[in-house]
Parts: sequence; C-alpha cells; structure tokens
Amino acid sequence: MKADIRVALIGNPNTGKSTLFNVLTGLNQKIGNFPGVTVDKKVGYTTLPDGRQAEIIDLPGTYSIYPKSQDESIVFSVLADKQNPHRPDLVVVILDASNLKRNLLLYSQVADLKIPVIVALNMMDLAKKAEIDIDVNLFAKKLGVPVVPISARKNEGIPQLKSAISFANKFALQEDSIDVSTIAPGLIESISRELNIDNPYLALQLAHQHETLTFLTPEQSERVEQLEKEFSFNSQKSQGAETIARYAFINELLYDTVKKPTTPQGETHSNKIDKILTHKFFGFIIFFGILMFMFQAIFSWSSYPMELIADAFVWVQNWLHHVLPAGPLTSLLVDGVIAGLSGVMVFIPQIAILFAFISILEDTGYMSRVTFMMDKLMRKVGLNGKSVVPLIGGFACAVPSIMSTRTIENWKDRMITIMVTPLVTCSARLPIYTLLIALVVPNRNVWWLFNLQGLALTGMYIFSLISAVVVAWVFKFILKGKERGYFIMELPVYRMPRWSNVIYSMYERSKAFVFQAGKVIIAISVILWVLASYGPGDRFTKIDAQYSQPKYTKTMSTDSLSRTVSLAKLESSYAGVLGHVIEPVIRPLGFDWKIGIALITSFAAREVFVGTMATIYSVNGNAEKMESVYEKMHQAKNPETGQPVFTLAVAFSLMMFYAFAMQCASTVAVVFRETKNWRWPAIQFAYMTVLAYVASFIAFHVLK
Amino acid sequence: MFQFIYKYMRLSQLEVGETGIVKEFTDLEMSVKLMEMGCLPGEEIRIERVAPLGDPIAINVSGYLLSLRKREAFTIVLQ
Repeated sequence: MKADIRVALIGNPNTGKSTLFNVLTGLNQKIGNFPGVTVDKKVGYTTLPDGRQAEIIDLPGTYSIYPKSQDESIVFSVLADKQNPHRPDLVVVILDASNLKRNLLLYSQVADLKIPVIVALNMMDLAKKAEIDIDVNLFAKKLGVPVVPISARKNEGIPQLKSAISFANKFALQEDSIDVSTIAPGLIESISRELNIDNPYLALQLAHQHETLTFLTPEQSERVEQLEKEFSFNSQKSQGAETIARYAFINELLYDTVKKPTTPQGETHSNKIDKILTHKFFGFIIFFGILMFMFQAIFSWSSYPMELIADAFVWVQNWLHHVLPAGPLTSLLVDGVIAGLSGVMVFIPQIAILFAFISILEDTGYMSRVTFMMDKLMRKVGLNGKSVVPLIGGFACAVPSIMSTRTIENWKDRMITIMVTPLVTCSARLPIYTLLIALVVPNRNVWWLFNLQGLALTGMYIFSLISAVVVAWVFKFILKGKERGYFIMELPVYRMPRWSNVIYSMYERSKAFVFQAGKVIIAISVILWVLASYGPGDRFTKIDAQYSQPKYTKTMSTDSLSRTVSLAKLESSYAGVLGHVIEPVIRPLGFDWKIGIALITSFAAREVFVGTMATIYSVNGNAEKMESVYEKMHQAKNPETGQPVFTLAVAFSLMMFYAFAMQCASTVAVVFRETKNWRWPAIQFAYMTVLAYVASFIAFHVLK
Repeated sequence: MFQFIYKYMRLSQLEVGETGIVKEFTDLEMSVKLMEMGCLPGEEIRIERVAPLGDPIAINVSGYLLSLRKREAFTIVLQ
C-alpha cells in the first residue's frame, strides 16, 4: 500500500502504545521484520481526516534511545538513518499522563534529533482519577509542539490525534530541551564537520552508538573512534551528565504545567493487589494455581476444536482421493503435503489458548510480578526472573518463546534461557506422550482421584522443567558472561486486560507458528513421502510381482494383502533402508528399525512421529486414525520372540528420547536467527542428542 | 560493619515503608541505568515491598514502582 505520510509511534513500555496502534489501524496491520535484525516490525495504515493515507509504524517500547536490548536498538537506527526505508516523516511520542516525569526523558531525546514531533498524552482518565491536573495548553507552548490528550483504551481523543497528524508540519518546531554541545564540547563539532551532520545531538549519539550502527561505513566508524580518543570521551559519564541535564529541563517544564495533589493519597488500588499477589506465601500458591489452570485450559478447551480440525483434514483427504485420479502426484499431495499440514494445523487451538493466557498475564501487569517473585530462585540456576516467560511459553512452542528472550538484556542469562527452553515439554511432544502412555500405562485411578495415565503425563511435564533447571545450572558454570546482569525493571500498575489486544496476539502468534513451522513440516513430509514411496533398484517391482502370484491373491483378503504389500514396500524403501542402517545404534535403547524410521523422519519435527507410525503400521486414513495407530502398535509383535514390541521399557525409553532430543528444525533455525552464530544451535543439538541417548538407555535398562 | 566504612546509608539498608533521598551512586554503569529510570540525586525513594524470597525489592520513585536487586540498591547512596 502506498502511504502519503509515514508516522512512527514511540513511547515507554506500558504507556498504551500498542493499544493506540491497534485503535489507529484496526485490522489493517501486519507484522514483518526490520531488515537484517529479527525485531518485529508492526506496520498499519490509517486514513486521515483529509483523506490521505498514513503508514503507522509501532516501534518497540523503550525508556531512552540509548538501547539496552536488541529490540530497543532499532528505535535510534530508524530515527537517525536518513537512508532507512522506515525513517518516519513524523514521530508521535506517547506519554503516560499519570507518570509524565520519566516518560519525558525519551521525548526530550527524540525531540532533540529534530524530527517533526507530536505528543499524545495517553491515560488522561487515569491522571484525572489520581487528581493530576495538567495545563495542556501551557505544556504544548513550552514544548513548542502539538499536544493531544487521549485515552486509547476508551477510544477518546483519537479523531483529534488524527487531525493533528494531518496538520503536522514538515519541519521540526520543538524548542531545544538542553544545550547538547556542552556535554562533549569539541567532539560534537568535529563529528558534525567530518561526517557532514547538521544536528549536534545526532552527532553525540553517533559517538555513543557508532559501533552498532549499520548505516555508518567502517571508515566513518573508525574515524569517530579516533575522535573519541582525541577528546577523551567517556560514553557513560557523558550519558550520565546528559540524563541529569534532561531531568533538570523536565523538572522546569513540569513545575508550572502539572499539579499533583499535595496531600498523600490513600493506598492505591495496585498496591492492595500487590499485597496479595506478591505475598510471601500466597504469592507462590496463586502463581502455581494460575499455571495449573492454564494447562488445564490448554488441554481441555482445545480438545474439541482439535478434533474438528483433524476430522476436517481427514474429510478433505478422502474427498481428494475420491475426485483426483490415483497416481503418484495425488499421493504426494494428499498423503505428503496435506497430511503434513494437518499435523501443524491441529496445534493451532493449543497455541492460540496459550498465547491468550500469556498476553492476558502480560497485559494486566502480573507477568512482571512473576519475574519479580522468581528472580532470586532463577538466578541461583543461572537464569533471570525474565526467563520465566519463555520457559512457560515453552510448554506451547519453543519457537516464539526463544524469540521472547529478547527482553533479557544480559547476554549470558539470555543464552542459557535459549539453550534450555527446548527442553520444556512443548505441545508437539504431547501427541507422542499421549499415544505411548495409552499403550503401556493402565487407565485406572489410584488414591481415588488420580488417573494413572494423567499422573504419567504430569510426571513428564514436571520432569522436563527439572531437567531444564539442571541443565541451566550446568551452563551457568560453562558460559563466561561479558557483562554484569542487572534487574532494573518497572512494575506497571495493574490494569484490566484489553480483549482486543488478546485477540490480536492470539491471531498473530498462531499465524506466525503456522508459517514458521508449516514450511518446514511440508518440506519434511514431502521428503518423507518420497523416501517411503520409492526404494533403491527394482525392489518395488519385485514385491509387486511376488504378491501378484495366485498363492497370495487367492488366500488373502484384498485388504490384508494390500497391507502386507505396503509394509514390504516400506521395508525396502529408502526410509526402510535407513531404518535398518541405524538399527544397531538404537538397538541398545530397545528400538527396532520401524521405530528407527520414525526417529529419522521426526528429526525435523516431533509431531511427524505419530504420522509415521501410522504409515509404518499401515493404517488407512480414516476418522479413528489415532485409535487405529494405537491398536496396531498395541498388537505389534516382535517377529523373533513373539512378545509385544511396545513394552513399558520401550515406551518410556522412547518418551525419554523425545523429552531430550532436539527434534525440531524450526527451533534450530530460530536459535540460529537469534544468536547469529551456528555454534549455538550446534552445541544445543549435540548436548540434547547425547542426553536423549543416555536417558533413553537408562530408562530402557531400568524398566526392562 | 559497613557503618564504620561508609558515612552514609545505602538504599539496600532501608526497611519496607522507609524513605530516603538519593545523594550519589557508587557504580557508574549502574547509575546511568538508574538515572534513566528516574532515580536521580535529590529524588525521594520509598521502599514499597520485598519479593517473597527476600530479593529483589520494589521502590516507589517519581510516582511509579521500580524493582531492582539488593545488590543494585547497594550502589545508591542516600543523604
């Protein structure tokens, strides 16, 4: 879409920036990536009162343009780089009217870059409630820019903001906040002259950030470095001096524009809630209660829509088999691609519900209390309070969880979190565990109310958390941190969740999951289909010739004959050959070549396991697919001993393997993307595979 | 023991409900981050609560709630 004006939204975290973005753009938005970095770029469009189209970019929330994390670094580079395709014509700075002082720091930095600015004073309703009286006209006059009071949650002031955007000047009109040149005299002039920069604050920022900015040439960056030495520039001292000067400007600004009640107010609403939710004893009970409820909801609420999706795919597959001519292409489409797609789609309900919960917990402000409560505990094992969010998210899917570790500023804490998140039982392991537990654990109650199968599943979940913590603790000693960790974090006031934000988040995350994992799974299922449908040499024709002899066609029913043929073909296919090749390696774990095929095919995505088992135990696609895989595996006998293949030992050995092995190509890809180094996914893959083998070996030999 | 070495109180030595005014910082890197978040010399700080396991703490500064570890609070010198 072609826009007439590009507008960037900038503000502190928890100022209602995303809410304003959603209100302005409605469903007319999409999430992409900033080129070269993996920071989500949210872009939307809105129509201004004069009929022009405005492109709105939602930049990551930040407290200052000095970045603390990867997400925050994008803010300055979008504003400063004249060549950046996202450089805005106008910046809307969102300020929390109930907390103006700290919010104004970012405003004064952005304003000094001399980009046209409008101020949106958000949360006017909250400020009124707290009896904070703001003289908006005087405030706007002192700043020299338009100031629009709004309340994004209540949809108030939005038309006024839109018309302010349409009347905005092409030139920056704001008053200077501080005298930048006194902070690094000499250096600023030199950088401005040599790099041909007309803005002193931009020159100062280049001195601070030149090492990480991609739009400077190496020569320019080198020159800035030399100049810094020449003027003995200390980045942190300079930043400290600048911050103090800015707060002096802010105090002067607020002195006659904002009146706060002089009498101290009674205990705030938020404080009362905090007393209960972060209570020494009840705090943890409530947290674990919420987690239990969340998992209960993920499993019970999703079962019906998951069945519907699975049934719909079976129906489509049957229908396609019916209308399309039989042949290898139809088979590839129906048994390869669509079968693979259905494996991804059935997880949508679980992922959507999980993200609904996570976005409610974040939106209300509770998630930051969880990190507050857990920080000490997590720090003991080498993690950080903020690691709690990715670890909980790991129960659904490691891919978005690893992306969410970006909020952890400390490099070592973030790496350890990334390394252990895939150990947490994700939703792709659930169908494997359900199937295997159903095979070997009796479905009866113990101690009246606990179902034995449910206990086994719960055990696998708890086991995964324990192993993540132990591995994190080991990594704490291996990794060497370059920087000190810190935990300076705002605890936002409690608010009701905004349901529209929850729905956007569910929609966006599910879509991202389908596209991220979907591409891989479709590719894998096509490869798997080829491997299972073709074999080396003329083995397949020989099988066909052998089974078309009368001694088979006469004595066996067509149904069982076709099953025997397809099993024989599978054994001599490329997949079968591979299964036989790895059999000596997996024999000590109690696995035969058929399980070997499933291990190979599910190396790219765990959820392929059940589908492969279905193919191997030659089940024709029908509505009771799960049920029939179960029955076939239940009846499977070892041809040599005549004993069942899936004993308690084999099933638990398999579960241990799936608990530890890094069988997820999407996770490998996202770890590479986030760490920008092949070493990390390689180390992760190696340690997880070794752990899987060892755990499986132990499980098999203990239970045998 | 610290009372003998340091003349001034540190933020980490305050109890819940007590207030103090920031004088200076002992750690340059930490001070830059704290000042950005509104913890400036001359600013009044009140200890609001302590996390259930005793660390981190939550303080009220310039009208909002900020959490930080005790180790970080130790770098804030009070008047």
